[in-house]
Amino acid sequence: MKDVAIVAFSQSDCLAQAGAANEVELIMPQLQAVFQQVGLNNAQDVDFVCSGSCDYLQGAAFAFVAGVDALGAVPPIKESHVEMDAAWALYESILKIRMGHAESALVYGFGRASSGNLRTVLSQQLDPYYLAPLWIDSISLAALQARMLLDRGLVTERDMAEVVARCRRNALNNPHARLSGEISIETLLAEPGLVAPLRKSDCAPVADGAAAMIICTVEQAREWAVPFALISGIDHRIETHNLGMRDLCDSVSTRLAAGTAGVAQGPVEVAELYAPFSHQEIILSRALGLGADTEINPSGGAMAGNLMMASGLSRIGEVFRRIVSGDISRGVAHATSGPCLQHNLVAVLESA
Amino acid sequence: MATLAAVVGIGQTRYKSRRGDVSIAGLVREAAVNALKDADLGWDDIDAVIIGKAPDMFEGVVMPEIYLTDALGCNGKPMLRVHTAGSVGGSTALVAASHVQSGMFKRVLTVTFEKQSESNAMWALSTPQPFSVHLNAGAGGYFAPIIREYMRRSKAPYDVGIKVAVKDRLHGARNPLSHLQLPKITMQEVEESMMLWDPIRFLEACPSSDGACAMVIAAEELVAQSPKPPAWIRGVAMRSEPTMYAGREEVSPQAGRDCAADVYRQAGISDPRKDLDCAEVYVPFSWYEPMWLENLGFAPQGEGWKLTMSGATSLDDGGDIPWNCSGGVLSSNPIGASGMIRFAEAARQVRGDAGNHQVEGAKLALGHAYGGGAQFFAMWVVGAEKP
Amino acid sequence: MNDQVEDITGIETPVYLHYHFTAGSAPARFLRRIKEGVLTGQRCPRCRNVYIPPRGSCPACGIPTEDEVVLPDKATVQSFTVVAIPIPNNPIKPPFVIANLVLDGANISFIHLMSECDNSEVHIGQRVQAVWKPVDEWTYAMDNIRYFRPIDEPDVPVDRIGTLATTGLET
Repeated sequence: MKDVAIVAFSQSDCLAQAGAANEVELIMPQLQAVFQQVGLNNAQDVDFVCSGSCDYLQGAAFAFVAGVDALGAVPPIKESHVEMDAAWALYESILKIRMGHAESALVYGFGRASSGNLRTVLSQQLDPYYLAPLWIDSISLAALQARMLLDRGLVTERDMAEVVARCRRNALNNPHARLSGEISIETLLAEPGLVAPLRKSDCAPVADGAAAMIICTVEQAREWAVPFALISGIDHRIETHNLGMRDLCDSVSTRLAAGTAGVAQGPVEVAELYAPFSHQEIILSRALGLGADTEINPSGGAMAGNLMMASGLSRIGEVFRRIVSGDISRGVAHATSGPCLQHNLVAVLESA
Repeated sequence: MATLAAVVGIGQTRYKSRRGDVSIAGLVREAAVNALKDADLGWDDIDAVIIGKAPDMFEGVVMPEIYLTDALGCNGKPMLRVHTAGSVGGSTALVAASHVQSGMFKRVLTVTFEKQSESNAMWALSTPQPFSVHLNAGAGGYFAPIIREYMRRSKAPYDVGIKVAVKDRLHGARNPLSHLQLPKITMQEVEESMMLWDPIRFLEACPSSDGACAMVIAAEELVAQSPKPPAWIRGVAMRSEPTMYAGREEVSPQAGRDCAADVYRQAGISDPRKDLDCAEVYVPFSWYEPMWLENLGFAPQGEGWKLTMSGATSLDDGGDIPWNCSGGVLSSNPIGASGMIRFAEAARQVRGDAGNHQVEGAKLALGHAYGGGAQFFAMWVVGAEKP
Repeated sequence: MNDQVEDITGIETPVYLHYHFTAGSAPARFLRRIKEGVLTGQRCPRCRNVYIPPRGSCPACGIPTEDEVVLPDKATVQSFTVVAIPIPNNPIKPPFVIANLVLDGANISFIHLMSECDNSEVHIGQRVQAVWKPVDEWTYAMDNIRYFRPIDEPDVPVDRIGTLATTGLET
């Protein structure tokens, strides 16, 4: 199977509100950044483009169509789109490369969740007949999951606060972070509940922004003479939508995907996990079988800033950065979609 | 170096304005079950599921793959949801095919759908956008001026669109799945129907349908496991261009021409009219048949309408290049599925499985879908023979 | 007593979601000017085409458009259709004309209403001018212009539409 390499990655700052910036204005700087990293001009210089976004975040159908205006798509280009986090747009692009119809691809994701009330918008992901009319928001669902974990003695509130504190501390090294800093466990635990047992700090701060990545064959990476990281394994799995029919305290799909992607076939020096809530990082790390040797979310993860529709791609990008900088030679990145970790993607990255 | 892949099962639902007997999950499952039955396979034979549909706003379900995984036997498997506006039915088929063609999967299920009766597509397509003039124009309001420009350039007679409207509905009358069953439709009836967006009359526009379409696509090594003849995928292509830019050719978009050239090259087609036996082409407004005949290279520029008027695209007239024998988008239009229906109907033709709308001896067929402001194109060529 | 009770096969579940909408930086500059009654386009630094309403980038080149160009409110009909479907909350009665209009000095069209015209006389190349709402009704929107009406100027040849300078067709 053809090896796919990541050669460029860029992410915007995680902004609480992007202000007066439309899709095109959010995306363009990130596209220009990745083109510059490789020495390209615009989408004409790659063989395929795939993006990830969700109309409902912005409240306008066809939000992604606006994004095409940022590409320089004249003459016409090969372009596609998934209504999902851009990590899945990356997946679609890998298929394109592996079937030999592209040597390179541009992947990007973007979202302006600040336009609407995200937790309410996401309630409309639920079964439209039985659940959506109840308007159960995403934070409440995560809180249910956290409650189960606590009641079963699988985590403590202190464990959750430790995730938050560690991520915020790590985020001090992340220039794009929305939230970073030293904060004590006691301070965190003293916060009142937002939707108990979740405190506001347990919820990754949602951010507007965009992220972009360029991938290609190893031959193309060598031709461009740029440093790269190999995607040595990637897989994703979805679980039942019925919350009562799966074990919310475990992530079976993450474990399955990790197996196929070959996580355990080598040391996991770094793991960037897309955990929109602190307790979910713990669930994921256990499902991936991560040990004390793995540094989890050195970028701060989504706790530093949750770029809706791009956070998954960003996790992959953060591992890529650490490989090409020489910090590590092998890492794992994860992306999630749906309520309570319903759908999970796992990628294993290695140095060339 | 792509793995050879083929369509080994096709399933559709009867297209109607309202399927009040099934939920959205029930609708997609019906098509999926039909496809599995057609392929003589079970849920466990499927490695991944790829779904597609038009904007979530149509039914108001955000990211519906999350809700539909159970209905499609996808728990514990990979699931992807493609969305490329109106061409989504086609691009979903292409993304599904790429799962197999990449060598990463052996057999996948792909489903597209729209339950328009549970949504308000007109509203979703024309939601008042702040700061913009609200014209409630919808798709018709966008395409009518372009059609008018085609008519001006080509000097086509006024009734070309009417002829297509009749032809496609007569084809649809041969197809028991078709939403519109109008075996007695006449040119006069179409001409007298209400003008909606001049020059598009009511009967020259597509209906709004509930429906789903599914296919099972398998790698070469597994094709023989399914009893019916396969439709080998001989070419796949997609192209996009911006909605609007200075100097954009809107009547015959470059993206469409480039996409066709790419798919023809892969399939070894040099003269589409001669080399193809039939085509299922996305024609939601009747005039788009002559326009796409030119855009896709079946007729020289300015002469697509002559091909239509000659009866060449009519199965009933014994035309040499029948288009939309299934009835096309003009007979059934569940928006998210319409593109895949074109791809699936092209596959049915080369499998010899198109029932009463079969083109005798069809060996090579084109499936075509487009979307957005005629800016997103997805096409495939399928054949009875391996390449 | 009602013997016939229909099975319930569906429920109506209204979804109300509130959004704060932003037009974007480049469109916002355009909107601030249109509130003053001034139409402005933005020019692409590479291909030099002028876009109105601007969206922040030249779609063909994929780069930001910055230079502001003030445009007159005269335009040419590039294409049009006659619509039979009414617009909610708009007094205009079907059948009415919506047209793709190219302002003098711009290189792309935008869609707007035409009125004060005989629908059957609307044609490609026709010259039109904006009819604005009263000043006190002006806001951040293209519909400060109520509609465009035909003016007495020579038609623009089809191959010149979209290429005129801000001064219009030279005589």
